[in-house]
Amino acid sequence: MATKTAAKRKSERDAVTLGKIQKLAKGVLTEATKGHNPAVEIRTRALSNVSFNERKKIIELGDKTQSREFFNTSMVRKFMQTMLVASKCKTLIDEGKTVSIRQMYYMSKHTLPHSSDNTFEDQTESDPIIEDLEVGIDALREELHLFATRRGSCVGKLVIEDAGDRIDLSRMGRGGWSIPSICEPDVIKFTECKAEFILFVEKDAVFTRLNEDGFWKKHNCILMTTGGQSTRGARRLLQRMSQELKLQSYVLVDNDPWGLYIYSVLKQGSINLAYESMRMAVPNVRFLGMSSYDYAKFKLGPAVQIKLKKEDVARAEQMKAYPWFKDKKWQQEIQELLRNGFKMELDGFLTKSISFITDEYIPKKLRDRDWLT
Amino acid sequence: MTKKDQSPDAPVPKRRATAESMASRQREISVSEFFTKNRHLLGFDNPAKALLTTVKEAVDNSLDACEEAGILPELLVEIVEVAPAPSPNQPSRFRVVVEDNGPGIVKPQIPKIFAKLLYGSKFHRLKQSRGQQGIGISAAGLYGQLTTGKPVVITSKTGKGRPAFRIDLRIDTKRNQPDVVKDETTDWSDRDHGTRVEIELVAAYRGGRTGVQEYLEQTVVANPHLGLTYVSPKGERLEFPRVSGELPREAQEIKPHPHGIELGMLQTMLADSPGKTVKQVLCDDFSRVSPAIAQQVCQMAKVNPRAPADRLHGEELERLHKALGEVRVMAPPATAVVPIGEALLIEGLKRRFPKAEFYSSTTRAPKVYRGNPFVVEAALAYGGDLPLEEPAEIMRFANRVPLQYQPKACAISESVYEVNWRGYELQQPKGGLPVAPMAVVVHLASVWVPFTSEAKEAVAHYDELLEEMKHALRECGRKLAAHVRSRAHADRELKRRSLFEKYIPEVAAAIGDILGISKEKIEKPFYETLPVFVKFADEEGHAKEAPKEGTRANGGGGESAEIKEDGEAPGPVPGTPAPPVAKGKRKDRNKGKQLSLLE
Repeated sequence: MATKTAAKRKSERDAVTLGKIQKLAKGVLTEATKGHNPAVEIRTRALSNVSFNERKKIIELGDKTQSREFFNTSMVRKFMQTMLVASKCKTLIDEGKTVSIRQMYYMSKHTLPHSSDNTFEDQTESDPIIEDLEVGIDALREELHLFATRRGSCVGKLVIEDAGDRIDLSRMGRGGWSIPSICEPDVIKFTECKAEFILFVEKDAVFTRLNEDGFWKKHNCILMTTGGQSTRGARRLLQRMSQELKLQSYVLVDNDPWGLYIYSVLKQGSINLAYESMRMAVPNVRFLGMSSYDYAKFKLGPAVQIKLKKEDVARAEQMKAYPWFKDKKWQQEIQELLRNGFKMELDGFLTKSISFITDEYIPKKLRDRDWLT
Repeated sequence: MTKKDQSPDAPVPKRRATAESMASRQREISVSEFFTKNRHLLGFDNPAKALLTTVKEAVDNSLDACEEAGILPELLVEIVEVAPAPSPNQPSRFRVVVEDNGPGIVKPQIPKIFAKLLYGSKFHRLKQSRGQQGIGISAAGLYGQLTTGKPVVITSKTGKGRPAFRIDLRIDTKRNQPDVVKDETTDWSDRDHGTRVEIELVAAYRGGRTGVQEYLEQTVVANPHLGLTYVSPKGERLEFPRVSGELPREAQEIKPHPHGIELGMLQTMLADSPGKTVKQVLCDDFSRVSPAIAQQVCQMAKVNPRAPADRLHGEELERLHKALGEVRVMAPPATAVVPIGEALLIEGLKRRFPKAEFYSSTTRAPKVYRGNPFVVEAALAYGGDLPLEEPAEIMRFANRVPLQYQPKACAISESVYEVNWRGYELQQPKGGLPVAPMAVVVHLASVWVPFTSEAKEAVAHYDELLEEMKHALRECGRKLAAHVRSRAHADRELKRRSLFEKYIPEVAAAIGDILGISKEKIEKPFYETLPVFVKFADEEGHAKEAPKEGTRANGGGGESAEIKEDGEAPGPVPGTPAPPVAKGKRKDRNKGKQLSLLE
């Protein structure tokens, strides 16, 4: 239980979130008291319930909901877990602390009395429950005082303030600034920006390559990576930088279906987190590479070819059907990948020379305005 | 053979005997002599079976006598090993003692009943009884005499204060005549009246399906009114106190029915009625034959109804027999057959399987085959301590007598095989017995039970019988299926309930933490709402269902009985919440009201 002094310190935002959690609990209790089946309505997070908003150019979550009932044998466990996570989030808010979703897993895990079952058996059980709670009570993850594992680095001509500390992103050495999982305006503020654009690269190794080559200094930009699929924090940061600093962002990923999907998530959001698209999507982000046509354009040799696997082909076909890839240019791009029959990695440019990507590839692509949107 | 076939050189065979010399060797074969050579026909094929048959014949006679006299039977069966077997697996010498509290037998009759084959009261009449031919007990005595040389010892007393006679009997096998070896008056103060039979024989004592103990245990099932004490050769004393103080209704003796009469029998009946007309014999000696029917039969047979009965022969006789079989006539009176009854069948079954979970029984309405009225009954015990993964046990009864041999040849077994038990929620391999914790009883009560042989081991396959047996079994099966389904439902509900109960404290604690209310206060409404979504069951797991009117899933024919182990009438039980709403509404109820959190 929160002490009165702790309650006073709660920010207005915390008060709103607490209200939502309490409303959830009261509703459940009221229904049970009336002899009804207590239920939580959760919007379905699946392809069947997302749509592509042509005007806003983002993926949006539909209105289809799933009722999570207590008196239902297939739902009762998840119902209990949802309530448990809600109560633990309430504790976090009361105590003004933030934990990772893994720590939340441990916070809410205990063995049920007279049984060998646990409230949660592993983190794969608790992660979706947290997302359910987010959509169920319409609260953001950070509002629930939770964060995901941090991943991603950033360097460039930008000065920020993170929880009161001034950080010059042009003085971050080789590793770059580690992007926190929560990048909301109340903790991260942009102080001074000399950058002209943002370059987001998929791979950490490419980031290091570009950083070592001083790419961002030469081209006056901000360089970001998340090492694979982008994290919430990095996506939020990218959106805020592109909106608040009015910077154009470019994405550099491997030439394969997964790379394309990383771009797609940055641009219009993901299916699983469709309810967050508004806060994360960057619809004007440009796909700089690596394009299937680059093989010919940059006279790359067979050494860079990696044969497409069956699942690559399947994934590419699947993506061709997504409404947000319906544009002719994209259809051609995916078709070309399939026709090539091989995929390529950004690291493949090292067949040319160590800094080919820094000195030749990116400058030429930018110069030629050779990108897709 | 003609002369042509013979080669001219072949020697003419020499005559070996003349008709006269052959005639000197031709003589009557006594029944006893016939038996001596054909003992297997009467159930004395091997030492183990001989022991069973001996006990069986004596017990059957005792029960028939008690019932006919209107006495609740109280029997003692004792098997004593007189001399041990010379080596294991070899037969040894036993004394079988069967003692009853029946009416006793008047002294002059004792020798004939026990030491003359084919002498009895049951052969000449059509009446439902255990024994039929009057051959059994004297055959047992003869077998004993043949194997041990010892006489049969009979003790009998006909009333309080009267003397008891103890008579040692032998059978003169050549003349089929009793031979009284010893005759004395004894003091038998244990009983006011009754008969005690002692037979010493070479036999083998076996357990299992064909054993004596199995026979007695099954007899006890089919005869709830029987009180039995059994002392085994090992000296174990088993007591089966009676569970019903009600004697079976006395079966009425009936005259032959026109549809079942055989030609030879008809001939005898007519020949035995000098001075009567054909029509008179038909009216007097057949059941359900009125003068009008008799007239009709004679017309159909083109026989003069006023012709003297004992003069009818040849084609006339055959035409009359045919007409009797074809004439439309009422079924024989059902009062001639006495079923055990549904309630008593269950009581009987409980004597053997007291811990089953479910019992059901069916007594069909009387039916007729070949002019013989019969009633089929079936009962089953299910669950409890019966073996789970074994084929169901079948107990076959004909006029309350257990049938232990030749199950494969018996119509009763076939009826159990032919019923599709899978339709009643049981497992059943193709063409096999249902595999379930179940014991099945089928009882055929009839004036004349059609056995496949004189050993009375298996019921012959008459379609009418088989159909009735299957109907009876199906009725029991339907009741069982209803039970199994409701049991499965109750199990599911119990599982659901415990699942919800497992999570209620967790949810209550979470909500309590959020709202700052004690966990107990939140648990309460959840526990109170639980019965709305879970059908509560009592401790034994039986679903407490809304009351159902009358018998359920009950097919035609006969009343039905169904008893659950706890004897509790299905219905709402005080203390539980209002019975759940009708099934059709279940879906809505389950869904409940949904709480939107996204207003």
